[in-house]
Amino acid sequence: MDEFDRHLLNRLQHGLPLVRDPWGALAAELDCSAERIRQRLQELLDDGTLTRFGPMFDIEQLGGAFTLAAMTVPEQRFDEVTELLNTIPAVAHNYRREHVFNMWFVLACPTPEGIQHSIAEIEALTGLSVLNLPKEKTYHVGLHFPL
Amino acid sequence: MNSALSIEQQQQLRRLLENGLPLTSRPYQVFAEQINSSEHAVIEHVQGLAEQGLFRRFGIVVKHRALGINANVMLVMDIEDERVHQVGEALGEAPGVNLCYRRPRRPDWPYNLFCMVHGRDRQAVEAHVLELLQQHNLQQRPHHLLFSTRAFKQRGGRYNQTGTI
Repeated sequence: MDEFDRHLLNRLQHGLPLVRDPWGALAAELDCSAERIRQRLQELLDDGTLTRFGPMFDIEQLGGAFTLAAMTVPEQRFDEVTELLNTIPAVAHNYRREHVFNMWFVLACPTPEGIQHSIAEIEALTGLSVLNLPKEKTYHVGLHFPL
Repeated sequence: MNSALSIEQQQQLRRLLENGLPLTSRPYQVFAEQINSSEHAVIEHVQGLAEQGLFRRFGIVVKHRALGINANVMLVMDIEDERVHQVGEALGEAPGVNLCYRRPRRPDWPYNLFCMVHGRDRQAVEAHVLELLQQHNLQQRPHHLLFSTRAFKQRGGRYNQTGTI
């Protein structure tokens, strides 16, 4: 990753201009050609550094719901439970963390009732109880990584 | 919202948007052709969605690990109810804190404030969290650092009309 990449990605993490030719607008800002931007972005997509560009819908605004959930999974069952969770579409992220609650995942559903349903499904499938920690207040959301 | 697009076109456009903007000089023109509409109508509709606050953000999705961001910690704290709002606002503004939420305590879970901190490696993240706690006078509050050791499933929240996100 060179200086140009850093500029480009830092700039893009703050959003894409919503205009007819967004790459051209960026090119003017970054003082390079739109062709160079598109070419570099294609390479970064191809090598997996980036996944996509465009809007991330706020699913709560669309009537959907999120929660953060955790489970205490016995070590010998960890892989099996991971596989089970991978099959549930509502599970959006799943991390192993260092704690008695060692499996942490985000549930994302089209409706608030879907969350309860998914939790019941996970508890039934795994026989483990789920700690449900819905957010009560957001103080900051800004996944910007200065590069 | 008044839109020049039919409901069906709006749904088609939403699906296209979720897959991301094409890397062409006129991405909205490409969408317009796919949904049989005009570039102008498409841009106007997307602007309408943005104005309604339907986008969390409009930009890129980066794979942290591919960028050398190898460590992430969930810092959880038990902050007095009367002070949690003030502390949450302060930590939410602090550099290096990517997400900050208040969540409920539970009988077997005593923490009510959650911050995500990312960094290049574990030591850097640990040092940064210590600094944050000191700056905000929180070292004495019960807290815990939950480092992630493995990520099993990572995808952005997507939404479509068939019911899954």
